[in-house]
Amino acid sequence: MMRALPWAYLLAAFVFIYLPVGALVLFSFQSGSLPVPPFNGPSLRWYGEILGDADLMEALRNSLFVAFGSSSVAVSLGFLAAYGLARHVLPGSVFARGLLIAPLTVSYLIVGLGLLIVLTRSGLGLSLWTAGIGHVVINLPLAFAIIYASMGAQQQNAERAARDLGANEAQVIGLITVPILLPSIAAAFFLSVTLSWDEFIISFLLTRFDVTLPVEIWSLLRSGLSPRLNAIGSLVFLISITVVLFLEILVFRRRK
Amino acid sequence: MTRMRDRITGWGFVAPALLWTIAFFVVPFVVMGAMSLATMKGRTLIWGFSFENYAELAEKAYLWRAILVSLEITLTVTVVSVLLAYPLAWIIAFRVPERWRRLALLLSILPFWTSYVVRSYAWLLVLAREGVVNKALIGLGLISEPVTLANTRFATVTGFVHFFVMLLTLTIYANLIQLSPNYRRAAMDLGANALQTFRHVILPLTLPGIVTGAFLTFVLCIGDYVTPQILGGNTELTVPQVIMVQLGRRADFPLASALAIVLMGIVTLAYLASARWLRLDRI
Repeated sequence: MMRALPWAYLLAAFVFIYLPVGALVLFSFQSGSLPVPPFNGPSLRWYGEILGDADLMEALRNSLFVAFGSSSVAVSLGFLAAYGLARHVLPGSVFARGLLIAPLTVSYLIVGLGLLIVLTRSGLGLSLWTAGIGHVVINLPLAFAIIYASMGAQQQNAERAARDLGANEAQVIGLITVPILLPSIAAAFFLSVTLSWDEFIISFLLTRFDVTLPVEIWSLLRSGLSPRLNAIGSLVFLISITVVLFLEILVFRRRK
Repeated sequence: MTRMRDRITGWGFVAPALLWTIAFFVVPFVVMGAMSLATMKGRTLIWGFSFENYAELAEKAYLWRAILVSLEITLTVTVVSVLLAYPLAWIIAFRVPERWRRLALLLSILPFWTSYVVRSYAWLLVLAREGVVNKALIGLGLISEPVTLANTRFATVTGFVHFFVMLLTLTIYANLIQLSPNYRRAAMDLGANALQTFRHVILPLTLPGIVTGAFLTFVLCIGDYVTPQILGGNTELTVPQVIMVQLGRRADFPLASALAIVLMGIVTLAYLASARWLRLDRI
């Protein structure tokens, strides 16, 4: 009896954890028009419908554009800052590191609110670009922290050797630093992509006509439960999971 | 001279990230602070140095009610999540055979990656009057009429707990797995029973992991707009919901800014209260 208790708890925990995702995915294959029991399917009707929906597909493309665009900027800026702070002795570097990490301590709503005030006050419009700027603000600290943490002394020796052999700074970075740090750069990039892909509140505040997928889903929510939402939700989940598993295989397997 | 040049190139690398953070984070933040001291006369904004918005927080019941509701929900979520996650992390760390451990951990946090909006919608699906839980309870003969689960505080708390159990399982697991088994063996050798070992040895050693996870839970939970908005059913509003109401219908940016500053104040207090045990660098 006591021996079975941990397994019963594990089972109950997994039921709790997978209940919403399970219901989401199962009823995305519903053939009726309500995503509640009894299940009558399976049918691909709703997947067909969302793939033919121009607004949703537009939002999906916008989301991918913002996610990959903002992550590229965040990782590039984060890498350069990490390189500068790890490889050069700079006065005030503690302050610079603190400032770069600071946005992590503030909730997304507040980051979005601040940008919204500045953008509307200064008369600059809202667009996918402004949402992208917001995503760089929240992902830059993570990218910087991940890459900075992996810049050890070992790589520094390789960099010194290259420099002694006559490489200039750009060659050192391109031929030595980036290849050695590629796993953590990739980790920072894909983490940033998943966070941006799922992000809602900043996109909601900072976009207007062209919106990202979470914002489009939000506006569909007003019409209540629908298997369409299940289908699009399952698709979003599938894409996130693919990126996460890719990250797991690419980065963490290598480390062993 | 070379040192000077080294510094200039160094700052050259750091400058783009710093300028980005200053332009799009620090400046907006300062403007928001100034905005919280401005006032609205009708629909026009008047910059100034007034604490009117903050005074309003104390005077208007719907505003301080929101702060109370936010605190109640956040504290409930934090406590319940820790209590549910600890045994789960424990079982994965000490009961699951080693070769299945990584898989068990991965499985227990996989739905963490569903997007916020989709995850809350999925809970709405489960808790609706016609939803899975009600149908199951009726099927089992436990209830005869569907019970109202969605659009309540219970639904908001459930949605939050689901997310944070996964987060906390991860942070507590990371802490448990680092413990040397020698501590447990030593306590057992000295005559402690399982409960005493846990109470006097394991729990104090894992406290930093618990507090760090609980702090993250607190911060993310109190600042979230999506979960209470989708699952709470507008019967009571949290601070982020009130902020969004100010932004939308009334375009009252000063009051929204003041609320945001108050939210940050609460998070700062939570940080100070838990700073002794926090290990944020270990996340």
